[in-house]
Amino acid sequence: MATTITMPQLGETVTEGTVAQWLKKVGDSVEKYEAFVEVSTDKVNAEVPSPVTGVITQMLVKEGETVPTGAPIAIIDEVGAASGTNTAGTEPTQQVANAAGAPAAATPAHSGNGSSNGQRNAVDANADAALRSASPAVRKLAREHHIDIRTVSGSGANGRVTADDVLTASRMGPAAAVGQAIGVGTNFGATGAPAAMPGTPSKPPAAPPASGTSTYADPIPGTLIPLNQARRIIAERMVESKHTAPHAWSMVEIDVTNVWKWRTREKDRFERETGYKLTLLPFFMRAVVESLAAFPLMNAKFTPEGLYVNKDVNIGIAIGLSTNLVVPVIKNADKLSIKGLAIAAGELIDKARRNKLGVDDLSGGTFTVNNNGANGSWASAPIINAGQAGIVTMETVVKKPVVREDDAIAIRQMMNSCLSLDHRVVDGYVASGFLADLKKRLERMGPDGAL
Amino acid sequence: MAVTTSSKVLNNVEAVRETLYEAMKADDRTIILGEDVGNRGNVFLITKDFINEFGPERVIDTPIAEASIVGIAVGMAMEGLRPIAEIQFADFIYPAFNQIVGEAAKTRYRSNGEYTCPLVIRTPYGGGVRGALSHSVSIEALFYHVPGLKIVAPAFPADVKGLLNAAIDDPDPVLFLEHKKTYRLIKGEVPEGHYTIPLGKANVVKEGTQLTVVSYGLYVHWALEAAQQLQSEGLSVEVVDLRSIRPMDKATILSSVEKTRKLLIIHEDNKFGGIGAEISAMVAEEALFHLDAPIRRHCAPDVPAMGYALPLEEEYMSSPAEMAQAMREMVKF
Repeated sequence: MATTITMPQLGETVTEGTVAQWLKKVGDSVEKYEAFVEVSTDKVNAEVPSPVTGVITQMLVKEGETVPTGAPIAIIDEVGAASGTNTAGTEPTQQVANAAGAPAAATPAHSGNGSSNGQRNAVDANADAALRSASPAVRKLAREHHIDIRTVSGSGANGRVTADDVLTASRMGPAAAVGQAIGVGTNFGATGAPAAMPGTPSKPPAAPPASGTSTYADPIPGTLIPLNQARRIIAERMVESKHTAPHAWSMVEIDVTNVWKWRTREKDRFERETGYKLTLLPFFMRAVVESLAAFPLMNAKFTPEGLYVNKDVNIGIAIGLSTNLVVPVIKNADKLSIKGLAIAAGELIDKARRNKLGVDDLSGGTFTVNNNGANGSWASAPIINAGQAGIVTMETVVKKPVVREDDAIAIRQMMNSCLSLDHRVVDGYVASGFLADLKKRLERMGPDGAL
Repeated sequence: MAVTTSSKVLNNVEAVRETLYEAMKADDRTIILGEDVGNRGNVFLITKDFINEFGPERVIDTPIAEASIVGIAVGMAMEGLRPIAEIQFADFIYPAFNQIVGEAAKTRYRSNGEYTCPLVIRTPYGGGVRGALSHSVSIEALFYHVPGLKIVAPAFPADVKGLLNAAIDDPDPVLFLEHKKTYRLIKGEVPEGHYTIPLGKANVVKEGTQLTVVSYGLYVHWALEAAQQLQSEGLSVEVVDLRSIRPMDKATILSSVEKTRKLLIIHEDNKFGGIGAEISAMVAEEALFHLDAPIRRHCAPDVPAMGYALPLEEEYMSSPAEMAQAMREMVKF
């Protein structure tokens, strides 16, 4: 059973990729999830994992060659199936469906595997084709009207999105455009029926205002703010996560008195030496990565084939900006000390505020930390970053009277930490174990030690 | 345009004849010269009887020598006369290339403005008349590269008169192209008396919203027929009659393309390096971000000439049906 591997899309707006280096040769065997090729774009270098276990029979693209997203780059013959003689072996994976959906695919069209994932990727490939075939007028109008071309259904030849289609989408208003996005199936998998989105008006507003009058930074009551790309993606991701991952929620109260003392003692010197402020975040993150090591399922993700337990521990930090939310990722956070985490987080927060985050800063997260307490929040129920098992929050730190084990009452600095988990991946037993472990680690930190 | 009180229906031959006649009557400096323009009254009878009324000194039969016709006319124009030279068929213009390009077009520049060359060179061009190799060519692309030369190719009788008057009045050389097949085929209201239509102004002859078609000459009529066909299919095509090939009316073309976002250029001349190439480049330079489809040129194939045999002529020429198909594909793109 031969599987065609296609050029992956590395980032929202990336339409092509360059094969930087083949990590295997023709004839080499490759394990599922094993990196076999390094792909680069103008923003990102990434090793691409194989979707199947098998033997590489063809490399269709030379090193240094650039091809569009979705174009076939290699063929892997799956182990254990007689080559090309039957279909009884493993069903083609989503990558196959992707190739079949891509216009440039030169391979015989395999039927999709019928799963939501396969369909979704086929639709995504069409959406990418829509982007590639967009005329200058369509691109310009889409920019002016803040329309994502991939979310517009095309009325032109072969489904091409025409200038009029963009204008129609714009006139229908942003709510309709989001509904359309769901209908097209962009990242929505099996739940992608427009009616399934709660709170989405089924009809466009009667009289959308002239564009440019009301903005996110300056909202005017009674007017419609057109969706920009960031808001549209946030909306899509949130709906996707809430609809695909059944959220469960739990909270622990953590005594952070000693960590606080440690941080207070170190913060001036740290800021002098590094230029970054020392907050509670890196201490918390250090405890989180240690707890993830103890509970690797919390660092897993749900896939239709099974639970994939991530090798790397990449922690996303949710950063709220005035107009949107970004979640840059600290890669291999488990390899960093508290000081290293503080510097890495400081750099990312600084980049986020200067709007300098790149695709690689924002991709690859396996678990997310949300520092939610700055404005006094005491508890929150965060939405999981789609494709991760959980998200944990830091709520506000408050001094409270606490009854200690010896029944003495003490004034301690207390912080709640809330966890939303993907109940498909873990159950309450694992999640509460993780939270208890996190609490224990944080309470053991400080007041002395080296960062 | 001068105020005119009445009009009458003329075909394109009659429109040329009337305009020339009025020009001869109005100004003694007007001279007509060319092969068979005198005693024969032109092969299409455009100047029939002119020689009797205006005499052989103003209606001059020349030898079969195109270089001389244009060369003599250039001298007349520089010295104050208003010559209207005729090349009997555009296919014969090549010997006069030097006189047109090397002399007439450069007179004003070479003399630093001291001399101008108020010369009109009229010539019938185009195919679809079983004219074969020597009576079918389109020559506009050979001359439109040349600064200092204006090129006009009207399609309607009223435009023939207005533009020919403007060409005669113009202080610089104008190449005036008359499509043979339209000569007696196309009739229309023509205002009486002297009026002009500015050189370099195109005309939107049919308004539409989904596609801009730019053409000139005979093909304007065929494009209109095709556009009407599409209208009955619910597709809206705008047809722009270029009228003047150079100067080119960029503003009209651009404003139409900005409205419809699609451009189809149709001409009888060969595609490669033709007028359509210049229009395409201009629109790509100035209106790229209005384009919702690749610009398309529907033109003659790159073969050396139009064959005499009917299938070969038909293969070379387009047709309203072919044009309609090209339009349909563009609208639906």
